[in-house]
Amino acid sequence: MINCNPETVSTDYDTSDRLYFEPLTQEDVLHVIAAETAAAGGVPPKVIVALGGQTPLKLASLIPPQLVAGTAAASIDLAEDREKWNALCHELQIPQPPGGTATDLEDALDIVSGIGFPVLVRPSYVLGGRAMQIVHDVNQLATAMAELAGFGSLGREGGLSAERPVLIDRFLASAVEVDVDAVRDHTGEVLIGGVMEHVEEAGVHSGDSACAIPPPTLAPWVVEVIAAYTAAIAERLDVRGLINVQYAVVGTTVYVIEANPRASRTVPFVAKATGVPLAKVATRVMLGATLAELRAEGLLVESALRDHVAVKEAVLPFSRFPEVDPALGPEMRSTGEVMGIDATFGRAFYKAELAAGNPLPADGTVFLSLADPDKPAGLVVAKRLRQLGLGVVATQGTADYLARFGQGVDEVVAKVSEGAGKTAVDLIAAGEVTFVVNTPQGRGGRTDGEQIRKAATLHRIANVTTVDAALAAVQGLLEQRGHPIAVRSLQEHHAP
Amino acid sequence: MSDPKRSELLVATGPNQPVATSRMRRADGILVLADGTLFEGELIGASTAAAGEVVFNTAMTGYQEILSDPSYAGQIITFTTPHIGNYGVNLADFEARRLFCRGVVVRELARRPSSRRSTGDLDSLLRRYDVPGITGVDTRRLTRLIRETGAIPGAIGPADDVARITAAAADEPGTDGIDLVSTVTTAEPYTVGGDGPFRVVAYDFGIKRTILRHLAELGVVEVVPASTPAADVVARRPDGVFLSNGPGDPALLPGPVAAIQELLGTGIPVFGICLGHQLLGRALGGDTVKLAFGHHGANHPVKDLTTGAIEITSQNHNFAVAVGSIAGVADLTHVNLNDGVCEGLAARDANAFGVQHHPEAGPGPHDSRYLFHRFLARMTSAGGRSAVTVGGSMSGDEPVGLPVPERGVG
Amino acid sequence: MPRRDDLTTILVIGSGPIVIGQACEFDYSGTQACRVLRDDGYRVVLVNSNPATIMTDPDFADRTYIEPLTPEVLARIIERERPDAVLPTLGGQTGLNLAMALYEQGLIGRPGTPEMIGADAEAIATAEDRERFKEAMVEIGLDVPRSGIAHDVATAVAVADDVGLPVIIRPAYILGGRGTGIAVTTDEVVRLAAIGLAASPIGEILVEESIAGWKEFELEVMRDRADNCVVVCSIENVDPMGVHTGDSITVAPAQTLTDVEYQQMRDDAFACIRRVGVETGGSNVQFALDPVTGRQVIIEMNPRVSRSSALASKATGFPIAKIAARLAVGYTLDEIQNDVTGVTPACFEPTIDYVVTKVPRWAFEKLPGTSGVLGTQMQSVGEVMAIGRTFPESLQKALRSLEQGRAGLNCDAAERQLAARVTDELLVAVATPTPDRIFQLGELLRRGVTVDDLNAACRIDAWFLDQLLAIVEERGALEEHSGPDELATREWRRAKRLGFSDVQLAHLWSVSEVAVRTARQACGVEPTYKTVDTCAPSSPPRRRTTTRRGRTRARSVRRTARASSFSARAPTASARASSSTTAASTPASPCARPASRRS
Repeated sequence: MINCNPETVSTDYDTSDRLYFEPLTQEDVLHVIAAETAAAGGVPPKVIVALGGQTPLKLASLIPPQLVAGTAAASIDLAEDREKWNALCHELQIPQPPGGTATDLEDALDIVSGIGFPVLVRPSYVLGGRAMQIVHDVNQLATAMAELAGFGSLGREGGLSAERPVLIDRFLASAVEVDVDAVRDHTGEVLIGGVMEHVEEAGVHSGDSACAIPPPTLAPWVVEVIAAYTAAIAERLDVRGLINVQYAVVGTTVYVIEANPRASRTVPFVAKATGVPLAKVATRVMLGATLAELRAEGLLVESALRDHVAVKEAVLPFSRFPEVDPALGPEMRSTGEVMGIDATFGRAFYKAELAAGNPLPADGTVFLSLADPDKPAGLVVAKRLRQLGLGVVATQGTADYLARFGQGVDEVVAKVSEGAGKTAVDLIAAGEVTFVVNTPQGRGGRTDGEQIRKAATLHRIANVTTVDAALAAVQGLLEQRGHPIAVRSLQEHHAP
Repeated sequence: MSDPKRSELLVATGPNQPVATSRMRRADGILVLADGTLFEGELIGASTAAAGEVVFNTAMTGYQEILSDPSYAGQIITFTTPHIGNYGVNLADFEARRLFCRGVVVRELARRPSSRRSTGDLDSLLRRYDVPGITGVDTRRLTRLIRETGAIPGAIGPADDVARITAAAADEPGTDGIDLVSTVTTAEPYTVGGDGPFRVVAYDFGIKRTILRHLAELGVVEVVPASTPAADVVARRPDGVFLSNGPGDPALLPGPVAAIQELLGTGIPVFGICLGHQLLGRALGGDTVKLAFGHHGANHPVKDLTTGAIEITSQNHNFAVAVGSIAGVADLTHVNLNDGVCEGLAARDANAFGVQHHPEAGPGPHDSRYLFHRFLARMTSAGGRSAVTVGGSMSGDEPVGLPVPERGVG
Repeated sequence: MPRRDDLTTILVIGSGPIVIGQACEFDYSGTQACRVLRDDGYRVVLVNSNPATIMTDPDFADRTYIEPLTPEVLARIIERERPDAVLPTLGGQTGLNLAMALYEQGLIGRPGTPEMIGADAEAIATAEDRERFKEAMVEIGLDVPRSGIAHDVATAVAVADDVGLPVIIRPAYILGGRGTGIAVTTDEVVRLAAIGLAASPIGEILVEESIAGWKEFELEVMRDRADNCVVVCSIENVDPMGVHTGDSITVAPAQTLTDVEYQQMRDDAFACIRRVGVETGGSNVQFALDPVTGRQVIIEMNPRVSRSSALASKATGFPIAKIAARLAVGYTLDEIQNDVTGVTPACFEPTIDYVVTKVPRWAFEKLPGTSGVLGTQMQSVGEVMAIGRTFPESLQKALRSLEQGRAGLNCDAAERQLAARVTDELLVAVATPTPDRIFQLGELLRRGVTVDDLNAACRIDAWFLDQLLAIVEERGALEEHSGPDELATREWRRAKRLGFSDVQLAHLWSVSEVAVRTARQACGVEPTYKTVDTCAPSSPPRRRTTTRRGRTRARSVRRTARASSFSARAPTASARASSSTTAASTPASPCARPASRRS
């Protein structure tokens, strides 16, 4: 084991036979390989790069290729290199959001003229969606390109270049995002570990989004298509071990967003939801075992997903940074995650929110403030809240909309920016609301919404910033209503 | 007992001043062991060559106390802790009137010390007391080697003089069969302390000042040379006799052993530490043995068999009392949990006890300081002048040559 | 005192999701606890809401609950599983707070309910309630910063007037320093008191004399049922007081304490853990030392395994959490074996012959609007640790471990950003702690600013600054060469011993990393790997055991951790021997081999 993080189980002395506390750089990894080769009488070790996230994956191309266990470095490159990846999807006839790569504003404008706004703009080869943006017009595009040229390591290493371009894709509004973790062995058998449906729609980074397994709203045939696409991609990349593929579903079209032939952050969640020890299975597969063999020896078991649903929720650091707008976006900012597991999606979501320190309200008053596109769904949210016996207060626009469909509110609050009368911030500060639903209105500026969200964070009032999460919340409240929380151990969930 | 003169210790640099810049290259040096193994480094300290028995100490703090501990007479000390000299040196942390070790080996000598307590730097101190040293040495490899072969003679000197240094290492006899105590003991008796009710006569086999500070809390301490006959001690009418730590092999000290045997017959409470403990063991008829590479550090777990409590102790010895050899005449009171070595004994038919480790702890953990209280208790119940409470300050006349510690005495 | 047989089922509380101030170190501690408790034959029930943990792998407990960490949920689990005891000290602040809530509700720690093992409610309350803690420390004669407690802003202002500005404001019962800040003016007292009162779950803050700028130290202490205490490791913060220890660059062991000062701290730490009443297990005790007067005060103690415990465990090879779990079920330190040596007891204090440096990692770039200034509230999201034979080597390794585009202490492409800034501006900048400060200090030293001037500006101890200067001066010496082919073995070794990476050297000479490596290897300079052995190799190695006897005993196979340290293979005698050390792939060394057996 080579790692430099003292906090992890991986750097426990008990975890490996030999542990090297070294930086994860080419120089250090090559030295360790040399030392281990010498210790083994000249036999070099196999190197596993697919279980440590992006860091070791980048090292894969810097060490002798024959040492890499599992998926070859060339396959990793095939998935990461935009042009090769596009060609691969084209060949497989799997739809992708239209887009291209740009190294300057001119390129970017060219691409946009072909695909139209809004577009998703992101640097290539970065972790966690850093500096990813959704761009709605030319001005924003110019700003984004300028920012990216000076961004982080890109800036340090001389800005954008052909090797380090910006990726520009059509942003798929209102798409359902789906994550898949799968394992493929050298015989070509593919095991679909889990298909996860995100609660928040596309545009929120998958690491910051809640997700559920099995998918609560996807049609069975869509899930089958996704499984088939995943198997085809894994086959084409000649994956030996884990692969994570992300999709966006719009209506009846399944678009592939990206594929990473490595363990993703959802692997532990999937393993605990299904009872299938994915990382163990994948490790054995990387070292040459087949899925059939692992099934025979009892390591690879059937998924236990029969009568329960698991929801993963992200945990965000905003309470520590009250100056930051807690609205979710394409850049990942969560520090951790929790899981709720129960008989239904609603209950599992309820538990996940509780575990994330964002408890759904049993009583009291809910504050609603919705962006225009979210208002129809917001109507449903308001209705359900009434059914649950909760009070509803709203901003003028939201209240007007709800009234149009016969949903009155208890109180209409003034805009924070107008400063006259009681505002949502006042209500929150006074502890008069128990839950805040506030979805971002467009972009930029110091909007009312931003101040409301910050106030909710500061005063630790549970809140959601997407209408999808609000829908899930009311579903959770409805399903949980009248029941004490039921607890059940994983061993019981996983029992055959 | 004379104190180093302040003017001599306060070397040119003054507190916290840089003592070396990178551009000031030190001379290349070597350490050669008797078996011919050679280590490269850079010379520090006095610009003389030196030979001695190479040992190591694993304590992570307290290099000044260790360097000035007379028990290291005849030895070259290797520090396993890589950065040495970080907090400089000061008057309070001396354990003796000068350095008795022959040389010092470190991984990395501090370029500049930093501590409010510092009054000079280590390099200057070594030069002041004519002790050479070497820095930049792979001390882990050296320590492993000593661990495997035992303490081994060696020599330090300039890198361009390999033949001479190698010869010096080969010729160095080490400490076996050498009476080192006579080189460190005081020439004349002297007295420290004064206010307390007890009178303690302390044999100086290489006594450390921290021990004297603890004894001085009990009363007047009359320090006598190692060769002092028992009759002279008895004539001083002591409430207790203390046998100090010191360098080398206890088997080479028949005189003191005979004196102790006489004293055991008087009923006067006797307390021995380290070498003093070994001499007590021999006086009781026991044997002492040489350990492979000894115990030299500040982290040895010792169990007090009388209470079951465990103390983390400071240790520095190459010899030990053979556990079986005292059966019947003394009880084993303390044992080293790492390796079962005898760490303490109490005589059955005499009023005497001793410990192998250093309860005074300079440097090291304070866990074993209760042993001075046990000595006090024995003196009290033996009809000493009167019971006193221990732990009071050392107010009143400061004994000559005893720097006042800033904190933590008692 | 052997294992307690009156316990059958033990409930272990995990720490929940990774948040700032509580990362996966508690997965590490909880995982260790589950392992040893099961090895000892107890039935382990685990609850944690975080699926991305090893401990929630169903193999690690008899019953694994991935459920929300709330009193209500815990009550249901206790009702279902009927544990005999609850171990709350391995789940970070979350586990401790939850245990206290359960205790308040009468669900644990009372007659007829599961016993609290490790630390009881009284001990937790004494350590966690700052006012009680302070009183307890004063009672046993320890010095503490002057302070007062407030439940409203007006009282906070009055206390601040009393103890004198600047003051530090800390909420009671908080995670990783959240809601804590330093107020220099009365207006700031008003503002920060309001934030602190809101952050504290019980609406309480401590207003305290500021000791910003003092040196900060931590001791990791263990205690057993028989009242044996040991210090596992001392840690010195490079950044002085005023920066949360989780946001500080820290070094183990402490480097600038004399033995007199260190032993005083050790005595005080033991007195603290005894007074607080942590009956068994590990605690983290923090001290501040005024570098001018030498006044030493105790800052706080965590009556549980902490972030620093993980660091201390890995720095020394002493598995604090594992041993804490076994102490909690009745063992004493002398009854537990030192895992690394395999033959000596855990009742000892590790001594190490290397330097461990921890550098935090922040994510300010993802949080637009944040200032990037470090303070008493922890903001880092993770950390790296590096082991080197010296501080410069371990620091440079740690800085490149961060994976933030840096190859060490400057001497890389990213240092261009510093080159553009004028010296006076940088001198002002280093007075404020930020993630970039260490690099700014390196640049200023390169421009000839003295250690004393920098010490005055940033109050980092002069010894540490001089060590940075050693790196900077070596760089100057290397720059006098025009390329890697000019270096002699001795010079290669010196550069590597100060932690320079091939990438840094390549930058220096504008050649490729491969060219540097090729030239270096031509001189025979390769790293050696040294074993983390807990005892500064003071005893002979035991024969490596490779026999595996069944599944559970497989852990008896020797595990070692190693860190590189450069030396040359050829051509000198010493270099040859060093390389043979490498080739021997040294197993860990037991601290003691019965010496009497050899004599």
